[in-house]
Amino acid sequence: MSPIKKSFGTYNTFQKLPDKFLIKNARAIDMSEKIDDKKSIVIEKGKIVSILKNPPAHFNGDIFDGKDTFVFPGFFDMHTHLREPGREDEETIESGSLAAANGGFTGLACMPNTDPPIDNQEVIQYIKDQSASLLVDIHPVAAITKARQGKELAPIAELVEAGAVAISDDGSALMNAEVMRRALEYSKMFGISVLGHEEDTEMTRNRYMHEGYYSTKLGLAGMPAVAEEVMIARDIMLTEFTGGKFHVCHISTRQSIELVRQAKARGLAVTCEVTPHHFTLTDQAVESFDTNTKMNPPLRSADDREAIIEGIKDGTIDVIATDHAPHSIEEKETEYIAAPFGIIGLETAWALISTVLLKPGIISLSDVYYHCVFNPRKILNLDIPRIKEGEKANLTIVNSNHEWKPAEAKSFSRSLNTPFTNFNLTGKSMAVINKGKIFYS
Amino acid sequence: MTMKARHLLGLEYLDREDIELILKTTKSFREILDRPIKKVPTLQGKTVVNLFFEPSTRTRISFELAEKRLSADSVNFSKEGSSVKKGETLLDTARNIEAMKIDFVVIRHQSPGAPHFLAQKLESRVINAGDGAHEHPTQGLLDMVTMTDKHPTFKNLRVGIVGDISHSRVAMSNIHGLLKMNAKVTVCGPATLIPREIEKLGVHVCYDIDELIPRVDVLNILRIQLERQESGLFPSLREYHNYFGITRQRLEKATKPITIMHPGPINRGVEISSDVADSEHSVILDQVTNGVAVRMAVLYLLAGGEHVTN
Repeated sequence: MSPIKKSFGTYNTFQKLPDKFLIKNARAIDMSEKIDDKKSIVIEKGKIVSILKNPPAHFNGDIFDGKDTFVFPGFFDMHTHLREPGREDEETIESGSLAAANGGFTGLACMPNTDPPIDNQEVIQYIKDQSASLLVDIHPVAAITKARQGKELAPIAELVEAGAVAISDDGSALMNAEVMRRALEYSKMFGISVLGHEEDTEMTRNRYMHEGYYSTKLGLAGMPAVAEEVMIARDIMLTEFTGGKFHVCHISTRQSIELVRQAKARGLAVTCEVTPHHFTLTDQAVESFDTNTKMNPPLRSADDREAIIEGIKDGTIDVIATDHAPHSIEEKETEYIAAPFGIIGLETAWALISTVLLKPGIISLSDVYYHCVFNPRKILNLDIPRIKEGEKANLTIVNSNHEWKPAEAKSFSRSLNTPFTNFNLTGKSMAVINKGKIFYS
Repeated sequence: MTMKARHLLGLEYLDREDIELILKTTKSFREILDRPIKKVPTLQGKTVVNLFFEPSTRTRISFELAEKRLSADSVNFSKEGSSVKKGETLLDTARNIEAMKIDFVVIRHQSPGAPHFLAQKLESRVINAGDGAHEHPTQGLLDMVTMTDKHPTFKNLRVGIVGDISHSRVAMSNIHGLLKMNAKVTVCGPATLIPREIEKLGVHVCYDIDELIPRVDVLNILRIQLERQESGLFPSLREYHNYFGITRQRLEKATKPITIMHPGPINRGVEISSDVADSEHSVILDQVTNGVAVRMAVLYLLAGGEHVTN
């Protein structure tokens, strides 16, 4: 665990986007507008005013040279833990949104396992107030049950009215099938998805990693893949029974993906997401006993990872989401079984997509559009930003050729818990634009 | 010849040469233990801290004796009544102790990888005295030394490890050590106590003890803990004894005597019957004696000592 160099002194922040701004010669990708071509985009007062084949001969404003970059409608992370309110030592709404912007995201959905949890309108209002002036759009996900206890439904109608975009007890499994049934049924009235943390906790209590060869070898009690799969099977059946919308958070095993594939083939409203760490690493990484390889769901077997790659390729997996889970150094710098689950991911997500999926040709730029821009917003019923004249500029500019190492880069998260510190990555976010603001990475 | 490894974290991380060196050196130290004066000045001026985060009697005493017989200064630390109770982290505890200028840390901890964690953070040499269900390398080594007392070579030696394989650091260290020396290892126990994909390590799996007995030269019998029954992994100690307990009656099916080993403490009448534990083929007490010699050898070699043939 070598610490990431933090530069607390030099503090990038969100800046006002200049009134006249030109992104010159970037490859623009917006599948909804059928754009995948070299373009120059003129932005005035935060609005896209023209999209040109060639840059204008004269431009009286700031120019961003988009050579070797891609410009997408803003990336969206539908699975972030912001830790505020409650654990501001680990992350705040502001630091989390800076980390998101630094990683190329212009929007995110934050999970309700805060303290107090997002199970009442006041917390939603607090998050909205705290994030109003930030570049990154912050959309709260509300708890399914009161205090995330898995017993009684939270006031879902009120929460949706206040601005919740989905419901989830993420971080805790919803063990009671009756409660899950009622959640799917009740949420149907608002057209929102139930985001499921799929884990039979009877099978995972006091376990620390994926159960398989490496758990055997390392003597770490293992969480079996089937603990996730039985719950997904159950919840797919409940989705069919209720007609609700069900989204599987951080899917991680071969059989889980197969279950979602079959559910989709039957026409059910079932979607799923995968994290960059699950498509990049396997349980072999735990051999280092680095506590930044400890997360839930755990890093799975090489065979599961292969199935994840197939699922991303064939569209069974709809979304790439980070499960950004900040933890303090004090909590993570300890023996393996005592460390909390989870790693940060906002600032390395694009680099991992680029390095692991895009470069080797596993996915195309149009797949990136669906996994990072379109599908997450679609699942949360949010408007999809477009690269279109007259639209507000909500853009992500990234490249896929910049080589870097997280250890040597600036990081804006308040936490350091990543296993990718010394990874050589290819591809970096350059800048994001949203709400009349710009952030340069 | 000196040892290549800087720490003793597990037998997985030692190569065959280092294992052979430790086994040979152990034999020399074993001889010292039979002298009327059992103390040598080898580690005079060196300090060893025994950090025991889990209760242990025999391993701790065995390390302490090994340290004393090598004339090292040793200090004991146990979780009870220590700063750990006051909320100090493992790392702070270890760093504080190291700041008192010590040379070795012997650590017993419930978390797999705890010794590796300290080895990364400290300057001292680290010896793993058991990390959760991961490894217990000095136990693996003393088991191997004891096997060589009875059997001339590991090559094709057939060793059966019986019992709760899933929760056993002893099993894992035996497996790594024995396979490196080309022994043949079979693990045997109820299916709920055999961890998944263990075959990939290169061992055979067997669920029928009566099938195993005629096919082994050594049985290493592990302790069965009542808490495994309580967590639903097998129905009762009685049923365990009836299906997996090593009894004289069962051993009579063997065509030749089997060396009986057990890391202790033994549950008489559960995993092993008294007549087997006390039989002439039982080397359980030799294991204990060899344990002190192995730990002397490990301390000596990690301090940079060379093997001297006498």
